Amino acid sequence: MKPIFRHLTGLSVSLAVGVFAAQALAADMTGAGATFPYPIYAKWAEAYKAKTGIGLNYQSIGSGGGIAQIKAKTVDFGASDKPLAPSELESAGLTQFPTVIGGVVPVVNIPGIKPGELVLDGKTLADICLGKIKYWDDAAVKKLNPSANLPHLAVVGVHRSDGSGTNFIFTNYLSKKSPQWASDVGAATSVEWPSGIGAKGNEGVAGNVRQTKGALGYVEYAYAKQNTLTYVRMINHDGVAVAPTAEAFQAASAKTDWAHSKDFYVVLTDQPGKAAWPIAGATFILVYKNPPNPAKTADVLKFFKWAYAEGDKMAADLDYVPLPDSTIAAIAKSWHDNIQNVGM
Amino acid sequence: MAGIALETYGTYDRARTVRGFGRGDARFRVLTLAAALLVVAIFLGVLAALIEGAWPAIKAFGLPFLWTEKWNPVTEKFGALAPIYGTLVTSFLAMLIAVPVGIGIAIFLTEICPNAFKRPISIAIELLAGIPSIIYGIWGLFVLAPFLQSTIQPWLIDVFANVPVLSSLFEGPPYGIGVFTAALILSIMILPFISAVTRDVFETAPPMLKEAAYGLGCTRWEVMWHVVLPYSRAGVVGGAMLALGRALGETMAITFVIGNAHRISASLLAPGTTISAAIANEFTEALGDLYVPSLIELGLILFFITFLVLASAQLMLRRLEAAGGKK
Repeated sequence: MKPIFRHLTGLSVSLAVGVFAAQALAADMTGAGATFPYPIYAKWAEAYKAKTGIGLNYQSIGSGGGIAQIKAKTVDFGASDKPLAPSELESAGLTQFPTVIGGVVPVVNIPGIKPGELVLDGKTLADICLGKIKYWDDAAVKKLNPSANLPHLAVVGVHRSDGSGTNFIFTNYLSKKSPQWASDVGAATSVEWPSGIGAKGNEGVAGNVRQTKGALGYVEYAYAKQNTLTYVRMINHDGVAVAPTAEAFQAASAKTDWAHSKDFYVVLTDQPGKAAWPIAGATFILVYKNPPNPAKTADVLKFFKWAYAEGDKMAADLDYVPLPDSTIAAIAKSWHDNIQNVGM
Repeated sequence: MAGIALETYGTYDRARTVRGFGRGDARFRVLTLAAALLVVAIFLGVLAALIEGAWPAIKAFGLPFLWTEKWNPVTEKFGALAPIYGTLVTSFLAMLIAVPVGIGIAIFLTEICPNAFKRPISIAIELLAGIPSIIYGIWGLFVLAPFLQSTIQPWLIDVFANVPVLSSLFEGPPYGIGVFTAALILSIMILPFISAVTRDVFETAPPMLKEAAYGLGCTRWEVMWHVVLPYSRAGVVGGAMLALGRALGETMAITFVIGNAHRISASLLAPGTTISAAIANEFTEALGDLYVPSLIELGLILFFITFLVLASAQLMLRRLEAAGGKK
């Protein structure tokens, strides 16, 4: 028994030494948070490591986890699909900036309706989700679609059951367009849904919509595009019916006055512009204004600076929408003004 | 060891050897005691961690947490009634389906099945127990739910439309997913536990008893019902409780097919939620001061429900054994 014990002790000591050595050697950045941008962060990180040798260890544990970890200072940056309110950033000593734009696309399953055929506006969408519009041949839907052949079919609302940035963008849009939604339900990564069924993840929502006649759900733009779902055209802020395309998402960000919005606290829903898709939103990075480890935070900012400059093609390949140049300029200014000791 | 007579050869010290045995025994006792205490420590540690994590929610909502249906992350008003209801109803329905079928399988395997089929059927059932729950979830969502939605559920709604009570149990649009589908998936998942355990205990029934009953002219049904089942009912109850424990805690498969709505509906076809499904769904993106503690308190409640179930199973087994002893 004794020799075995000695072996084990030896083994654990060498293991511990190994772990510490690995930690000391790696100059990798660490980040944690939102799951939605994980694929593009991973792709950027791979290309960046090949170029600079600095890797990124990103844990996609969810926005809530990301916010908690950056507040606990266990990571170099946090990532959230929902922008933090300026007051919350202030009290935690954090600042935030957007990285890529994602969007939400309503999808339906109505027999005889083709992708892009159905047109909805924000008010009608909110009434459907509130359970006030119960059938697809409701007068409000017919009025927006005079030529479509809408059946007398019950509406089955399908929503995300897991907390998600997609939920936040979607409910934020409904809150802007329907006072009743704003007061009864509100906007958050999880809300108390007044009707319908909940499904886990984009794939769960898409699966349920595909199988259920009369279903209306919403998925991330990338997911809708890759799976060719029956998307809905939305009437935007300027009263134009637009289809969800990369250009329409970028248009949603183009006229936004990022430079004058404190801490980039903007949700890109219901933005002005004839071509703008109304249900878009950026995903955010959180770092300290006065970083505990300035060298690491500088690494993080350099990484994202490189990603803004070189990463558009990679983002577009994965169906994320890169930020417009005007927004990137505003981010660079914000870094310079807000983050200390990083030489930006 | 101490009972064996030890003789002294030369310098051999008998007393020392015996003391050595004693020390070995003591060490062994300490080791096993440590192992046993470790379990208790882990149990208490989990309990303490759950209570600590849930404390803000316990303080904010108090006991009404247990009977409040509202679950609103925006206003941070939380209540556990809907998940508790969903957990109990899905498990109860699953047991209602799986216990008779599982016992039926066990009876068939031990009494009726030709020897050539015994092994293949037994292996098939044991393989069923080895399928990961995520596979059941995906199968439930993509295969079972559409099937139920297009065939069974419209039929149930039509047939019971004018029957009181049943009409409200089977009401509403056929979503395909919901409490009923979740219970059905659960029953398939727990079936192997029930049938495997009951088969084993049925086989322990003494052949003499059965043969004597057959000799008296009993039918198979009478032998099973009056001889084998009474003999082995403690084991059957044990198997059923094992299955119930699994049903209460099942997460992934349920979350795929239950519809995840924090609502209580009279209709079994409507969406609902369970404690473990709610935690799995909402934990990662839970923001705010009371959201995470409320989810942890849900976990604490599940801990207590499982504890109560296991405790009542023990009680039931003891009663059965006592009753069996009197016969």
